[in-house]
Amino acid sequence: MPETLNLDCKGLACPQPVIQVKKALDSIAEGTVTAVVDNETARENISLFAKNAGYKASAEKSGQDYRITITKGRAGNVNREREVADPQPGKPPMVYLITSNLLGQGSPDLGQVLMKSLLVTLNEMNPAPMALLFLNSGVMSACEESPALEQLQSLSAKGVTMISCGTCLDYYKLKEKLKVGRVGNMLDINGYLCGGAKVITIA
Amino acid sequence: MGTETSDDAAVYRLNDELAVIQTVDFFTPVVDDPCLFGQIAAANSLSDVYAMGGKPLLALNIVCFPSCLPPELLGEILRGGAQKVAEAGAIIAGGHTVQDDVPKYGLAVTGLVHPQRVLTNAGASPGDLLILTKPLGTGIINTAAKGDIASQDTVRAAVDNMLQLNRRAAEVMIRYNVKSCTDITGFGFLGHAAEMARASKVSFEIWVDRIPILPGTRELAAMGMIPAGAYANRDFLSGEINIPAKLGPETTAILFDPQTSGGLFIAVPASGVHKALEEMKQEGIRADIVGQVTQRQTDLIKLI
Repeated sequence: MPETLNLDCKGLACPQPVIQVKKALDSIAEGTVTAVVDNETARENISLFAKNAGYKASAEKSGQDYRITITKGRAGNVNREREVADPQPGKPPMVYLITSNLLGQGSPDLGQVLMKSLLVTLNEMNPAPMALLFLNSGVMSACEESPALEQLQSLSAKGVTMISCGTCLDYYKLKEKLKVGRVGNMLDINGYLCGGAKVITIA
Repeated sequence: MGTETSDDAAVYRLNDELAVIQTVDFFTPVVDDPCLFGQIAAANSLSDVYAMGGKPLLALNIVCFPSCLPPELLGEILRGGAQKVAEAGAIIAGGHTVQDDVPKYGLAVTGLVHPQRVLTNAGASPGDLLILTKPLGTGIINTAAKGDIASQDTVRAAVDNMLQLNRRAAEVMIRYNVKSCTDITGFGFLGHAAEMARASKVSFEIWVDRIPILPGTRELAAMGMIPAGAYANRDFLSGEINIPAKLGPETTAILFDPQTSGGLFIAVPASGVHKALEEMKQEGIRADIVGQVTQRQTDLIKLI
């Protein structure tokens, strides 16, 4: 039989509202727990607890208070799979130092295809790399007419830092044509190289 | 020193060689054991002097205590405080007690520093790397401990963390041409980082995966054991720090979690940072490089 429990958690100091809700849910096999709280912290904490414990929860404002309804049992079980993987603890962030517009030695045409293929692959990495640093002809990848521009823009939208060497852009007369990321100097770039990230050089 | 850069303590220059650092902090018990509470409160009060690059010299006890509790408890609190002050190489020169319903304890601390070697919030430069010297999570664990939700091991690790003086980390730091330092306390890691970035007119790139976190913190955050202060810190900075959705509410709460007797947060010139880190680790300090200073960008702090 589904049960219904009502809790008045007004005036309770953190973390008591969550604990009361947890105890109430633990005490029933199936049913609904409704908790009334009078502050934002209790509302957020109860909602977070319910979500992570796999219960369905909804909150509504009633006057100065919030009424939170949590459902346990067949009706309330929700998929516990997380939308986004947590960053993997203990794994250093990755930095790619890209010093050429071509990947590998040999045919320039093949080198260009391989570079694009690498940037497509980076776009699929999870977690995404922390930063891409472009040096020498590598800056061409971040400029107009780069075959991999779309991939880089997608990486940039995910929060990946992209820095193109200003001296290199000047040398190749590309400063006006930079399409993704920002211009940086050697100090910026060196900061990443010695910053504790795992650095992979693409030449 | 002015108030506009939100520094950790007052600094008064006596002459070309010597400046006085003055700071005060006290709070309600965070642990049940009165002696441990005294030690934690003292370590927390002394920390502001270390964060300014100085050495503590004198301390005065500040006590609130109810008449209904046995005076032996107060004796234990003061004993704990005196132990930490002695460990810091300073002296307790007296103090003051008032009657109050809830016990509170802390210290007013006087320290000394060379006027040219004061470490303010305003000295971080692009290219510096950012070291954090203690793991985060004490606010969340203390909240869970109040509700008897945290395991003994988790609480013990948090207490050890709070007990640790920032003395040794500071002693290493001052050998590495550091210009900017703060300590992580009530505004949480990102709150204090934002103060430093703002005062230094730079941006910080923070590598979230690299931030040391006390074991158990993430699980307790997921259970909703997040103190009101963490939400208040987050909301206060919502206009200035963009939280990427991928971080999730637990990690966000940890980054804003108010810390008791938290670690130092130091901008170290890149040339010396690895050696400084190595020395800190040799001293048993759980320090790590958690980001870097860049020129001012649109985002005051970029979380990666």
